[in-house]
Amino acid sequence: MTHHLRADVVIVGGGIVGGSAALFLRQAGASVILMERDRPGSRASGVNYGGVRRQGRPPEHLPLAQRAHALWANLRSLIGEDGEYVRSGHLKLARSAADMASLEAYAARVENFGLGLQLLDTADLRRLYPMIGDSAIGGSLCPEDGHANPRLVSPAFSRAAAAAGATILDRAPVSDIRITPEGFHVTSAQAEITASAPVLINCAGAWAGELAAGIGDPLPISVIHPLMAVTEPLPPFLTVSIGVEGGGVYGRQVERGNFVFGGGRGFAHPKADARSATTPPDFARPERQAALRLLAQGTGLFPALQGCTIIRSWSGVEAETPDHAPIIGPSRIHPGLFHACGFSGAGFQIGPAVGAVLADLVTTGRSVTPIDAFRPDRFSSPA
Amino acid sequence: MTAAATTSLRPVIVGAGPAGVRAAVTLAAAGLNPVLVDEAARPGGQIYRQPPAGLTRPPEALYGFEAAKARAIHTALAPYAGQIDHYTETLVWNIEHGALDLMNRDASGQPVSTVLPYDSLILATGATDRILPLPGWTRPGVYTLGGAQIALKAQGCGIGKRVVFAGTGPLLYLIAYQYAKAGATVAAVLDTAPFVNRIHALPGLLACPDTLLKGLYYTAWLSLHDVPLHSGVTLREISGPDGTVAALHWRDAKGRDRETACDGIGLGYGLRSETQLADLAGCRFAFNDLHRVWLPERDDAGRTSVAGVYVAGDGAGIAGADAAEAAGERAALALLQDRGLPVDPTRVTALDRRLARFRRFSSALWTAFPVPAGWAHDLPDSMTLCRCEEITVGTLRQTVRTDTPTELNRLKALSRIGMGRCQGRMCGVAAAEVLAHETGRPVSAIARLRPQPPIKPLPAATLPAPVSGEDTP
Repeated sequence: MTHHLRADVVIVGGGIVGGSAALFLRQAGASVILMERDRPGSRASGVNYGGVRRQGRPPEHLPLAQRAHALWANLRSLIGEDGEYVRSGHLKLARSAADMASLEAYAARVENFGLGLQLLDTADLRRLYPMIGDSAIGGSLCPEDGHANPRLVSPAFSRAAAAAGATILDRAPVSDIRITPEGFHVTSAQAEITASAPVLINCAGAWAGELAAGIGDPLPISVIHPLMAVTEPLPPFLTVSIGVEGGGVYGRQVERGNFVFGGGRGFAHPKADARSATTPPDFARPERQAALRLLAQGTGLFPALQGCTIIRSWSGVEAETPDHAPIIGPSRIHPGLFHACGFSGAGFQIGPAVGAVLADLVTTGRSVTPIDAFRPDRFSSPA
Repeated sequence: MTAAATTSLRPVIVGAGPAGVRAAVTLAAAGLNPVLVDEAARPGGQIYRQPPAGLTRPPEALYGFEAAKARAIHTALAPYAGQIDHYTETLVWNIEHGALDLMNRDASGQPVSTVLPYDSLILATGATDRILPLPGWTRPGVYTLGGAQIALKAQGCGIGKRVVFAGTGPLLYLIAYQYAKAGATVAAVLDTAPFVNRIHALPGLLACPDTLLKGLYYTAWLSLHDVPLHSGVTLREISGPDGTVAALHWRDAKGRDRETACDGIGLGYGLRSETQLADLAGCRFAFNDLHRVWLPERDDAGRTSVAGVYVAGDGAGIAGADAAEAAGERAALALLQDRGLPVDPTRVTALDRRLARFRRFSSALWTAFPVPAGWAHDLPDSMTLCRCEEITVGTLRQTVRTDTPTELNRLKALSRIGMGRCQGRMCGVAAAEVLAHETGRPVSAIARLRPQPPIKPLPAATLPAPVSGEDTP
């Protein structure tokens, strides 16, 4: 027996984007139904590294990141808890003169965006961060970037939205979407619910591509499995969140003392899935070679890790686009449909601002934050 | 990568306890060259654990009635030294895409990880204690039953001078006996299972009369030596000044509050299977109502849902060392059968019959010594449930109120339970019982923690083994 529900907006996906969109739409007075295939914040939003970082994002992404920065500052008033969010600083390291030059060029390019970057030469680095190994020769510090606990923050957005009056349907994977002149009719056979609304937001993470293709508005989304590992708790040795120019490894020490670090990839699990080949897997697992490479990268950068043990590694299921920029904005096919997906491993920091932008788009028809770089139609080649 | 991928690889056995050793010997006797991987330096597993070199207590002192069996397991590999590759002090930390990841140390002590592909794999990974905490259980002086036994067997020392063994299960009486024989004062044996359960279990226990007799002997011996034995008790609290252990508070079967002075406590509620590798290998699991845990599905010979992967011994469901020996041999015979190799059908029939008897016996044991119902009911909020991450019962209850998690992985994500060094191997059972109780759902509906490599802590300095013998032209 299927129940029919109706609202101003149906959101598919209960990650940090869907949760914050639901919250901000409620604050703007819209009625909201959010459908989540498992539990809110249980996929990429909840198992990612937890970097809350603006540094390193392309200049055209920074207005969105700055809007998010302001939202993170008020995290407790938004979601009712601090989510272990700290503005610890984000230090991006250079391991060669060329990397240092690239950090300097970036600092110059984003000078007007207010990140307050501080370039550190080798002497600065040794003096300020003696725990970092000799392979780093310099770096760029963004003092107000930081990190948070995604396991706590992401589910809390959906909880806050529920408290604000949104209907959060969990364990409600979408099985069918019908489009009529009245709007979108989204059915979850498992939850025995059809939710109808004139507006549909697709923030279904790794599953967003499948959803979009199902309604004739395909998006170039592929699925990736970033790899992370964590050590046993260690005495405090590092406050800043660390990245490396050119990528490969990133790490932070959490409040409890564990060092969380990531880099490389995992693989889909289970591999053989009875469902359609286009459906992303529910879970992923670290890939052995990548895991051992990550250990080498981590211990290379932080000699303090040499004598400790890794207690767990994990991966997730995340969507990636060809240009590694997210897809945010109205569908070019269906009026009333908005996409917000393809965060390519960098969605956690901007997540709350994407929710705010979606609320803007739905309630006012335009975003006060420039989002041209994220247009869904930027991939389409002219006919 | 090489042609070897399409040919038959050497069978791999994980675990050199009674099941793993018997499996290895059976395969070697049939002409195969198995690889036997184990964390210990010498074969025997936990039950027949050998003391470190230099400690020379005779097997009779270490293993009592089981000395002959222990010796047989310890010496079983030697005749096949040329056929069985025994990788000692080697941790299997992952299984992925038909290969094991092994970690051991090279001559300089550097941890090195090696990939070992398999097409036939026997997992004989054994068990650990099932732990259901009580207030005060984190104090120094409180050990698991297994830990108390290992201290005696491997190190020749006890956990205290005046000790209490508490919880339930046949191990309670065996270890109390071993401690008393070794000279410790056993202040009490406190069994949470009502005595009447043992009477109900008697018909099933008769399936293995020898084992039953030994159990009765230990109990009789303890009684004869004035060791207080109590069943149907409720364990309440461990207390003592300045965080030490001075007394165990308990309630007897008649509901009277009692207290036993002691300086060491061995605690355990039977054993729980080590199943992470079967999980990583992709085996299908089913909830076992009797053991109240998830176990890999298997047929009577040990075949799992994954072709070529077998489970044997306590790692496939608790049944004890004798059953493990039979199951190890049977799994090896199944492997031979599945490879189309000849096996002795009368031996198969005999083993199948023996294993069926062990299954009846083991079922009866769970009837005799069940996990105490309602354990999760009266726990104080302040009690630590997860020692690695220092998570209290109150935190779990708060998480349940905030988010209504219905399964263990969600509870883990939100509360951090099972995220520490033990990865839920120690706290997972108790956490599942608490979650089930708080949400009013059966434990079978709580799911189990998804395994993540490494299954046990891996040195961060671990390097991939240098690739040797590359056959590039």
